Amino acid sequence: METTKLPPSSPSSPTTSFSVPSAEKVDGFPRRSMRRARQRRSHSSSQFRYQSSQVELTPLPLLKDAPVAELHDLFCKKLQQCCVLFDFLDCVADLKGKEIKRAALNELVESVATSRGVLIEPLYPEAIKMISVNIFRTLPPSENPEFDPEEDEPTLEASWPHLQLVYEFFLRFLESPDFQPSMAKRYVDQKFVLQLLELFDSEDPREREYLKTILHRVYGKLLGLRAYIRKQINNIFLRFIYETEHFNGVAELLEILGSIINGFALPLKAEHKQFLVRVLIPLHTAKSLSIFHAQLAYCVVQFMEKDATVTEYIIRGLLKYWPKTCTQKEVMFLGEIEEILDVIEPSQFIRVQEPLFKQIAACISSPHFQVAERALYFWNNEYILSLIEENCQVILPLVFATLYRVSKEHWNQTIVSLIYNVLKTFMEMNSKLFDDLTASYKVEKQKELKRERERAELWRGLEEHQERRMQMLTEAARNHKRVYSRLASPRWQLFVKRRQLCDPRSKPYLLSDLSV
Amino acid sequence: AAEEGGPCSLSKMAGADGDDSLYPIAVLIDELRNEDVQLRLNSIKKLSTIALALGVERTRTELLPFLTDTIYDEDEVLLALAEQLGNFTMLVGGPEYVHCLLPPLESLATVEETVVRDKAVESLRKISQEHSPVDLEVHFEPLVKRLASGDWFTSRTSACGLFSVCYPRVSSTVKAEIRQHFRTLCSDDTPMVRRAAASKLGEFAKVLELDYVKSDIISLFTALASDEQDSVRLLAVEACVSIATLLPQEDLETLVMPTLRQAAEDKSWRVRYMVADKFSELQKAVGPEITKNDLVPAFQNLLKDCEAEVRAAAANKVKEFCENLPEDNREQIIMTHILPCVKELVSDTNQHVKSALASVIMGLSTILGKDNTIEHLLPLFLAQLKDECPEVRLNIISNLDCVNEVIGIRQLSQSLLPAIVELAEDAKWRVRLAIIEYMPLLAGQLGVEFFDEKLNTLCMAWLIDHVYAIREAATCNLMKLVEKFGAEWAQNTIVPKVLGMANDPNYLHRMTTLFCINALSEACGQEITTKQMLPVVLKMSNDQVANVRFNVAKSLQKIGPVLDSNALQTEVKPVLEKLATDTDMDVKYFAQEAISLLCIFFSIRPNLLCLLNTSQMLYFPNSIYPASMPFCTVCCLQQHRLNWSNK
Repeated sequence: METTKLPPSSPSSPTTSFSVPSAEKVDGFPRRSMRRARQRRSHSSSQFRYQSSQVELTPLPLLKDAPVAELHDLFCKKLQQCCVLFDFLDCVADLKGKEIKRAALNELVESVATSRGVLIEPLYPEAIKMISVNIFRTLPPSENPEFDPEEDEPTLEASWPHLQLVYEFFLRFLESPDFQPSMAKRYVDQKFVLQLLELFDSEDPREREYLKTILHRVYGKLLGLRAYIRKQINNIFLRFIYETEHFNGVAELLEILGSIINGFALPLKAEHKQFLVRVLIPLHTAKSLSIFHAQLAYCVVQFMEKDATVTEYIIRGLLKYWPKTCTQKEVMFLGEIEEILDVIEPSQFIRVQEPLFKQIAACISSPHFQVAERALYFWNNEYILSLIEENCQVILPLVFATLYRVSKEHWNQTIVSLIYNVLKTFMEMNSKLFDDLTASYKVEKQKELKRERERAELWRGLEEHQERRMQMLTEAARNHKRVYSRLASPRWQLFVKRRQLCDPRSKPYLLSDLSV
Repeated sequence: AAEEGGPCSLSKMAGADGDDSLYPIAVLIDELRNEDVQLRLNSIKKLSTIALALGVERTRTELLPFLTDTIYDEDEVLLALAEQLGNFTMLVGGPEYVHCLLPPLESLATVEETVVRDKAVESLRKISQEHSPVDLEVHFEPLVKRLASGDWFTSRTSACGLFSVCYPRVSSTVKAEIRQHFRTLCSDDTPMVRRAAASKLGEFAKVLELDYVKSDIISLFTALASDEQDSVRLLAVEACVSIATLLPQEDLETLVMPTLRQAAEDKSWRVRYMVADKFSELQKAVGPEITKNDLVPAFQNLLKDCEAEVRAAAANKVKEFCENLPEDNREQIIMTHILPCVKELVSDTNQHVKSALASVIMGLSTILGKDNTIEHLLPLFLAQLKDECPEVRLNIISNLDCVNEVIGIRQLSQSLLPAIVELAEDAKWRVRLAIIEYMPLLAGQLGVEFFDEKLNTLCMAWLIDHVYAIREAATCNLMKLVEKFGAEWAQNTIVPKVLGMANDPNYLHRMTTLFCINALSEACGQEITTKQMLPVVLKMSNDQVANVRFNVAKSLQKIGPVLDSNALQTEVKPVLEKLATDTDMDVKYFAQEAISLLCIFFSIRPNLLCLLNTSQMLYFPNSIYPASMPFCTVCCLQQHRLNWSNK
């Protein structure tokens, strides 16, 4: 099992101080929740389907006033009290109960965070049960079926005033110096983790932020679950890529993976390489790439920094999934390529330069100036420029024709002047090669045209040939059909019968007899 | 030679290549390997052309191995390849060689991209039918096994779709193996594979022997229906329909119903949604007794579900569910169990639920009959006609015909009118468009009097809507109304108003006059067109807006065939000739086009012209042109013939 460093860059814990007056913490979005409450007043959320009768809560004594001997017992009672769920879509229902639970949760959070020796073994199952009851739920259908995370306001979780405190408690519980993984692992098991992962689909960014930190802690502390967590994240991603194209927590999961990859041991295991090639790279195909592209590019670069030999897989993968119609994504891809080139090893660069610069040339000739511009900016990057210079003999012939043509044709003046700069750079790098290419440009163009004509000629010939052949085939098929339909026709059957009656020894009829 | 056509002669024909060597495979393969993806894609799409050029033998020995070896390409190319190979049987030499297609398709069935894989599976399923039973066991079934035990989930998901096509045609030992493989995949570690298996469970059950359905399928079904992932569980609901159909009635209660009940109460709304969505199928599959005892309460719960999605899906099924209830106590069940829930849904908080209900609720009236409809349903219809959401009102209006049959539309007309008026003036143009489309239907049901009194003004108001789509629809609506109510009605009510708009200061409204004339001329007939419409059109040729002028040219072209000969010669022709010299190039263009298309009418002798308004068949009894062709086009095409006969 590789070590997982929890680097300083690990997801920051959502900080909440406990001195904040509860009212502010409870509801930062009063208007929105009111609106929702109005909209859906007569129906409560899925969570309450099985809670038939509401339990009346009575306030318990404060934890801090409890004698040490009764502390654990009281803690346990409070945990049980917090297992009662409230309907937040009806904002006026059972206000007293809600307040009691909120106070209890606050106390629990504070107690776990500040006092030592509270977490004893019997409390583990109770705590995990309380957490499970509160956070695990089937996420409701999105109110906006075409929810676009970039454009639309997310639907916020109505029960957040309680939910936040439960998450806070869970986080403090995991981070407590008293926390014992060996005890926790009996309750925080695979099923628990799976449900936790499914919650990442929540539309509420506040919830996902907590989940991210919590999952990171679970991954760090419960070693036995690591492989399982990775596998399930894989499954979530694969479902996202190939089945649903919808999952709200991709960015958060990638952020966790970024720090997990950072901790991978060398040499990389086959499992991890497979993850890179079959999951991370295909994630680039997603329609909603812009939402998690930064995190994804970070993961990809992490992999390269761990092991330079994966470079070729990455570049070839990106080229395979290069966006064809979405220029916005194309710009993102170019950005990622630059990030990759920034850390690429020269030996690896040589392996991918050919297909890569063909693509870059294609981008330069894009009529969308942002794409062309982004590609041309590569020549402003000193490290990339040094790589290009070293391999000028290969790269210049790949891009020359494009640069030459686009410099004359592009509608955007900025692009034209950028191209002139690039051409100038090349001229300075290798003037002999540059002159040769300029001289042969026309000839090459002619050759290309000729090839195109030949191709058209070839296909025309092929198609004529096909037409002739298809005619023959359809004729044959028609005859075939005619023969069989005649066989089935009552008149023919009658004819056969008659002939058999006349001469019972006659042989069974052959198809060729049909010509009679 | 035709008479020898046996099953093998087709392949012989494809194989009888005179010019095999014409196209060296290297050239063709170069095309398939071209650097440019688009060109590569084009070549793959014409793979059958290449195969034909190569002939069956070389397709088998050279082309297919090449394709199998080089499967690493853009998904788009692979998709095209997967599709092509499904239709390749003849090109490799017919059914006896069809197994040659398996290697490339096997590789395609393991690709990551779902669309490629699905297409490969589709092609494999297709060609499986062309395998002989022996080939199926020797070539096809081993492929299925290899896929089913592949390392990566993709091949295992593909395998799920192939079991059912080979199962019926293999020996019993192989059958046992197939069942074993399917069982393994149903409990696969990867949820993607379990989903694939669950989605094929019903299909597989159908080809299995009944004993195995009971022993194998039921346990798999139960397991999948209680999977930890709701995306798997909901697929089991689909399978439930097929499984229930296969089992004898007496086994349903013990084998299927516990699982179905559990699904209807599932904690995930997606599963409950699926149950609601498949409710009619489920109802038919389990039969009337279980429907009465189990499904009625389950349906009530779904109609009252806490998630709007589920309620909407259930609301959509209300009519079908009621229709399929056992007839002996259908009415009683509807009245005591279903109708109370329906009443609640009418005032649901979610508009999708209400509009789903509105699209089917009218259907209940035929089931419940006149008295119940008036007593119980009518108040609901009326409430929905006043709903705040336009979609709900529209759905009610669009289904008026069901009610019309049972109680007559008069009962509704008082509430109908405000609803229609409000929709007609809705701020959203799509809503206005939708109501316009129902106008001819409404007019037919409400009758001409009611229409003239209440709706005519609306129809005219739409003509000056500020959205073009509405004006266009309004024009078309007028035409349909005239077809319904007749030319005389048009002359009295519509035509004066339409023609009045020709003097409107807004050029868009003036153009609307022209569009209306285009639409109405044929329905109104020669007399009205020549006497009333034509003068207005001709006058508009002096309009100062060029758009109006070229639309005059277009209109003249359109109404030309309807006009009488005299008017054509003396009035239309000079105006068009004048427009053809207009300063605006578009006006010129359309005027010239009109002249060239109408020239036939200008040059025909008057006594022949009287026939022009009758059908094409009458005028050109030996016409070789289809009856659907515009009349004036046919005239032009026939011109030289006519000239000839005039001599």
